[in-house]
Amino acid sequence: MDKAEIQEKVCTILAEQLAVAPDKVTPAARFSEDLDADSLDLVEAVLALEEEFGVSIPEEEMEDVKTVGEAVDLVAQKLGVSA
Amino acid sequence: MTEPTVALVTGASRGIGRATALALARAGMAVALGYRSDAENAEEAAAKIQAEDGRAMAVALDVADEASVGEAFGRVESDLGPVRVLINNAGYSKDGLTVRYSTESWDATLDTNLKGAFLCSRRAMAPMLKARWGRIVNVASAAAIRGNAGQAAYSASKAGLVGMTKSLAREVASRGITVNAVCPGFVETRITGHLTDEVKQRYIEMTPAGRFATPEEVAAVIAFLTTGDASYVSGAVISVDGGLTA
Repeated sequence: MDKAEIQEKVCTILAEQLAVAPDKVTPAARFSEDLDADSLDLVEAVLALEEEFGVSIPEEEMEDVKTVGEAVDLVAQKLGVSA
Repeated sequence: MTEPTVALVTGASRGIGRATALALARAGMAVALGYRSDAENAEEAAAKIQAEDGRAMAVALDVADEASVGEAFGRVESDLGPVRVLINNAGYSKDGLTVRYSTESWDATLDTNLKGAFLCSRRAMAPMLKARWGRIVNVASAAAIRGNAGQAAYSASKAGLVGMTKSLAREVASRGITVNAVCPGFVETRITGHLTDEVKQRYIEMTPAGRFATPEEVAAVIAFLTTGDASYVSGAVISVDGGLTA
């Protein structure tokens, strides 16, 4: 899986989890400000990402993730895929 | 036929836990009976449910031990299915005046009664969130509301459990998950069976109902909180104490 595929998958999952239109889920979109996600929404999104990609994302690593692009980077890093 | 809802009752070999497991099974749930040391009684209760054509299994579960919690949930998930109803009932009690109370007893009480409920609730939560449905009932105590001399650790653990109930209820209410606490008063269980007649009489006099509860009377309230009818009850602390704390 390359970075573009990861991004596409992450965006699909996030759109579904956060119940927002797929076109709003861009790399620059901020979770709370742009996608109206609260803390529980984010936790659920992480659970879905962990399941889909078979990775483990500790709570501490989520703290710095504010945008969709950062979430994509984190998943890619977990999978050992570089930009 | 749809698959039965799966319930896990901790500390289910005796007393309130056993009565609750039986009540949930009679309500049509598949029930896992967690036990720490008393496998024999937990197996016996599971066999009783099976004899009534219910689904049940006994599962070794030390709620204070994170690894044990993980293993037990794994077994229940593979044998019965994901846990949708969690009854945090396992409790430990060792009475003694604070001035001579050991740190070990304090830790044992808090580890089982409070940390145990946290560990089980945390483990149960992700599947419940995903299902958009879940029921957690924490078995606290009248001692959470009304202090008892000789029960500083027990009261603290149960009051802590009430606090956890309210916060957790707020965290997940939007996802169809309810979290409630029941606070039994004096109940006819193994713990109170050890009391002297004199102490027992004193407790009866303290209780407006004039008697101890049966485990079944507490189980009935717990069982109600797990039903669809109780869908709008969350973060509640329900006394089942014959008026003791009224």
